[in-house]
Amino acid sequence: MLEIKNLHVKLEDEDKQILKGLNLTVETGKVHAIMGPNGSGKSTLSYVLSGRDGYEVTDGSATMDGFDLLEAETEERAAEGLFLAFQYPVEIPGVSNMTFLRTALNAQRKARGEEEMSATDFLKMVREKAKSLKIDADMLKRPVNMGFSGGEKKRNEILQMAVLEPKMCILDETDSGLDVDAMKLVSDGVNALRDEGRSFLVITHYQRLLDHIVPDVVHIMADGRIIKTGGPELALEVEKNGYADLLAENA
Amino acid sequence: MAIKRAQLKQQKQDALAARQPALSMPEGGEWITAARKDAAGRLDAMGLPIRRDEYWKYTRPDAFTSAEPVAAALTDDAGTQVFEGVDVLTVVFRDGAFDADASDDLALDGVEISRLADAAQADIHWAKDIYGALETAGQDPVERPLAALNTAYATDGLVIRATGAAAKPIHVVYERSSDTSDAVLHHVVKVEEGASVTLLETGAAGARANTVTEAAIADTAAFHHVRSQGRDQERQLVTHMFARLGTESTFKSFTLTPNGKMTRNECIMELTGDDAIAHVAGALMADGKDVHQDDTIFITHDAVNCESRQVFKKVLSNGATGVFQGKILVKQGAQKTDGYQISQSLLLDEDSQFLAKPELEIYADDVACSHGSTSGAIDEDALYYLRARGIPHRKAQDLMVLAFLAEAVDEIESEELREAILRRIRLWLDLEDDL
Repeated sequence: MLEIKNLHVKLEDEDKQILKGLNLTVETGKVHAIMGPNGSGKSTLSYVLSGRDGYEVTDGSATMDGFDLLEAETEERAAEGLFLAFQYPVEIPGVSNMTFLRTALNAQRKARGEEEMSATDFLKMVREKAKSLKIDADMLKRPVNMGFSGGEKKRNEILQMAVLEPKMCILDETDSGLDVDAMKLVSDGVNALRDEGRSFLVITHYQRLLDHIVPDVVHIMADGRIIKTGGPELALEVEKNGYADLLAENA
Repeated sequence: MAIKRAQLKQQKQDALAARQPALSMPEGGEWITAARKDAAGRLDAMGLPIRRDEYWKYTRPDAFTSAEPVAAALTDDAGTQVFEGVDVLTVVFRDGAFDADASDDLALDGVEISRLADAAQADIHWAKDIYGALETAGQDPVERPLAALNTAYATDGLVIRATGAAAKPIHVVYERSSDTSDAVLHHVVKVEEGASVTLLETGAAGARANTVTEAAIADTAAFHHVRSQGRDQERQLVTHMFARLGTESTFKSFTLTPNGKMTRNECIMELTGDDAIAHVAGALMADGKDVHQDDTIFITHDAVNCESRQVFKKVLSNGATGVFQGKILVKQGAQKTDGYQISQSLLLDEDSQFLAKPELEIYADDVACSHGSTSGAIDEDALYYLRARGIPHRKAQDLMVLAFLAEAVDEIESEELREAILRRIRLWLDLEDDL
């Protein structure tokens, strides 16, 4: 599904290399987790894959089922099935959540040459999906993320994921700012979307999210590279011993 | 200094002398002839605005002072369909002339309506106390010669007197079939105690148009005004709204300007009765280097515990210019005044500009007045977020433009009219309807 080879990325405005030859393969239907200390480049990876401005790819490649992600516009990547659940979802005053969702879904469908969804079908579909995430009608009507609590914002991200049905989902520190109940709700939402045709890349700082969203593979990232790959037990090791041992091992 | 002032005065007189030959005072009854002659006298004393006028610092008055209008090509969508679907009484003026065939009968429960041209034939009319009177009051402390010109030479318009709750809004539609028409129209609105009426306006009255509305709003009365100005790219439009508010009365005015080459909208309101509420709002969609739009507001608080509110939002792209001059004057006795003013622009490129001059002049000591003006580009984080969900760049930008303008549209009290305006903005931006 996702194939990243020798990815080198620096900041556009300053001479600072963030990713230094990152290799990663996420197979179709699998859940991979990336853990790593602050500043290891985890969020940069998610931004570069989704096409945020401010980064320059100096070497390497990133493809999704053969589709060259790095050459495409942000919206083209989304229409192709890439989804990034933001660490800090953006508030957009004046645009209702419902309008936002519908515009996004129909824009993606249009880009793929599919028919747009009728208003009636759309409403029915969204209400159903919102219900399981405990997102009420009021939250759907309100401007995107405006006045939402941290937990509500993250649930709203998962709702977008559920509505857009992407094939490659990247979750960037989705657990940050969540209490235990909210984490459970978000995780249940993600788990419900696990599917043999859909892959996940879960970026997290802590192991606790991975108790709920159990990964197939865990990678440890440090200084712009993957330094170790293993099974779910690797996450437990980090939880117990911290990153220090792993970093020392790799130094 | 004295010489400079004399020079300015002479230039204003020269400007008037250039414009005047194309003007002729219509025939009429005693009351209006007197009012027109008074106005011509005021105009003679003032001359016409020139570029060096402080009040015309950001907007060139030339388009309004030339003898003949600059030709304005006709376009398919002049924007007169905005209130489609709303139950209204329609009155059509085509190139400044009343179009009886296209208009409804001027009959509406709760309101007396007639054409100014008809009212002008009488020797005496209730409009006498308003026509030209509010305009005259509005000439101090800032001169507004184009309004005096209108009072003196307006050929038609509506005189509206609401005695109860108007059964539906009166919709004045300005159609245009000529690329050189030069329209001068004058409306008088009198809202009697406890009565209420809504006036809608769409389109541009001519290739060049000068419209004045004088509204006398009695105690506890309400006057709502919503308009969408001609979208035809080359038209030139100057409008004045003079409103006088009595005790516990309400006046709310909203203007959408969707392009047009030159627009100057002046709104002059005087709160003369305690506990009155006056709101004026505007949304501008200006696209193109030839597009220039100016909102000039003057609100005078002359009574206790009144509220005034100005909300202006301007989206500027491809070299367009937006101007906002807004003043709140709080007179000495106007304690407990609550005055609010915000003007904001969204600049979609570096070629466009927003010029703002907010002013407060306060002589009372127990008031709350605030003003703010901002100018900014589109929020890149929000744009990225929308695009990351698959919304193409242009559409994402349009969504944010709509959201920005909606904050001004929200000032319209009637949900039906608010929705009509939003629906039209969405249509023009090629966005889907809201769910």
